[in-house]
Amino acid sequence: MPNIKELTDLTTQVRRDILRMVHKVNSGHPGGSLGCAEFFVSLYQNLMETKDGFDMNGTDEDLFFLSNGHISPVYYSVLARSGYFPVEELNTFRIIDSRLQGHPTTHEGLPGIRIASGSLGQGMSVAIGAAQAKKLNNDDHLVYSLHGDGELQEGQNWEAIMYASAKKVDNLISTVDLNQQQIDGSTDDVLPMGSIRAKFEAFGWTVLDIEKGNDIEAVLEGMKEAKSLTGKGKPVCVLLHTVMGNGVDFMMHTHAWHGKAPNDEQLKEGLSQNPETLGDY
Amino acid sequence: MKTYTYTEKKDTRSGFGAGLAELGRTNPNVVALCADLIGSLKMDEFIKENPERFFQIGIAEANMMGIAAGLTIGGKIPFTGTFANFSTGRVYDQIRQSIAYSGKNVKICASHAGLTLGEDGATHQILEDIGLMKMLPGMVVINPCDYNQTKAATIAIAEYDGPVYLRFGRPSVPIFTPADQKFEIGKAIQFTEGTDVTIVATGHLVWEALEASKALNEAGISAEVINIHTIKPLDDKAILDSVAKTGCIVTAEEHNYLGGLGESVARVLAQHHPTPQEFVATNDTFGESGTPVQLMDKYGLNSAAIQKAVKKVLKRK
Repeated sequence: MPNIKELTDLTTQVRRDILRMVHKVNSGHPGGSLGCAEFFVSLYQNLMETKDGFDMNGTDEDLFFLSNGHISPVYYSVLARSGYFPVEELNTFRIIDSRLQGHPTTHEGLPGIRIASGSLGQGMSVAIGAAQAKKLNNDDHLVYSLHGDGELQEGQNWEAIMYASAKKVDNLISTVDLNQQQIDGSTDDVLPMGSIRAKFEAFGWTVLDIEKGNDIEAVLEGMKEAKSLTGKGKPVCVLLHTVMGNGVDFMMHTHAWHGKAPNDEQLKEGLSQNPETLGDY
Repeated sequence: MKTYTYTEKKDTRSGFGAGLAELGRTNPNVVALCADLIGSLKMDEFIKENPERFFQIGIAEANMMGIAAGLTIGGKIPFTGTFANFSTGRVYDQIRQSIAYSGKNVKICASHAGLTLGEDGATHQILEDIGLMKMLPGMVVINPCDYNQTKAATIAIAEYDGPVYLRFGRPSVPIFTPADQKFEIGKAIQFTEGTDVTIVATGHLVWEALEASKALNEAGISAEVINIHTIKPLDDKAILDSVAKTGCIVTAEEHNYLGGLGESVARVLAQHHPTPQEFVATNDTFGESGTPVQLMDKYGLNSAAIQKAVKKVLKRK
């Protein structure tokens, strides 16, 4: 059984990391990052089978691809705190000569990153390719991917969604961060997408909802169920219901903090709502 | 002067198909992807012999590029196949982010490049692809000249670790390079020695350059024909050595003069050895329907056009 207290403490620390990273450089994307903290912590601390160290091919281990690369702060924080690179390196987020680019990239050789992302809509295709390579290699590990809900407006996703079920890519769990926000407003205001569940189901996927996407126990339980649904001839889609900006009250339930950093006072307030647990970097 | 003849004509895309089939037998990591153009890309043999290593993507080129990038994670060497237009312009951002910037070992294999696609017309006749691809950091750009060279290039790029754009075409063209050649990425091939003018050509224009050099020789003009099959990285030395001798140059390609081989050559010359240059290329235009021969004539991409350009550049020496 996972130690929920430990995971919760780590999640709180990750929120602090996110706030401090974007505050320092007065740029970056805190809203979606905060909303996905529980998901990333669950994935890297409990759900994924990973090997020590990092090699690009990732043979005989589970792989993760972040398609909505702008939520790099949560990705970097969790990678660092899972041992992929020194936690102190979070200090270099978005500054010159850093491996922690604004959007994740393999280009600077940061351990844990296997593809560049940022231009939206490309990650699912990459995840499918990696999943098919695993099948060719008789490697029965899983491939995970994460996508924004607004990101599903990019057409390439639907090419990938159609392909994955047609080709029975059943070692893939694609999670959609259903925070219902995008840069210009709510997804319903910008481009209503109807039922994402119905769309994935119509394309032949197995779909399950995690209604409490910011409750670590619910995330663990839902993702374990998703794992149990792999290997049955269909790709698996998880609809992760989250709140953008979760854990910092003034950032919640709005698209306003999609790509805006807190000022000094707001940082102080945000950090006071998330007391230090494992130690700041 | 060394002259070249041929006994057989074949399409360069068949050279790709033959190279891919050979890779299927020799390199277990090679996988192939196609977006509903197996026959056009001549991928049948590879697929027949290695069905488990072939991925039919359907008409979804963006997805194909992403899947190819993903397949490299796991040690595969993906060769994607579709027309040049759909291999580049249609999927530029996918190539840029998921392949080039991510440094993935994907081989983008593009058939039906240029005007010689023929009757399908301008929607399918891309004349901008070399420019698009050479601008991507780290991308190797290769445009072989005949069946044998295309086959050899296909085999060679599997050994190179990194993204490659391999451009070839549809029409049957003379086979004049050896079947047993070893293809060296980035290494120009000198076909004829000459003293009056350098002709640098790529793809289908190499044969036309050889034909031109024959005619020019009869008119008392000694042309040095150099085949640049690799536009990036460019063999600067071969070009500079030749113009040091001849003092003028004509570049010839089935591509827009903007962004093509000619501009790459001009850059080298401007930096190291300013030299009069004429461009045999399309003049910032789209193509149209017609037979390949008609189109190459109308748009000035044949032996006659090369001879004319040579005569013009000689006057500028």
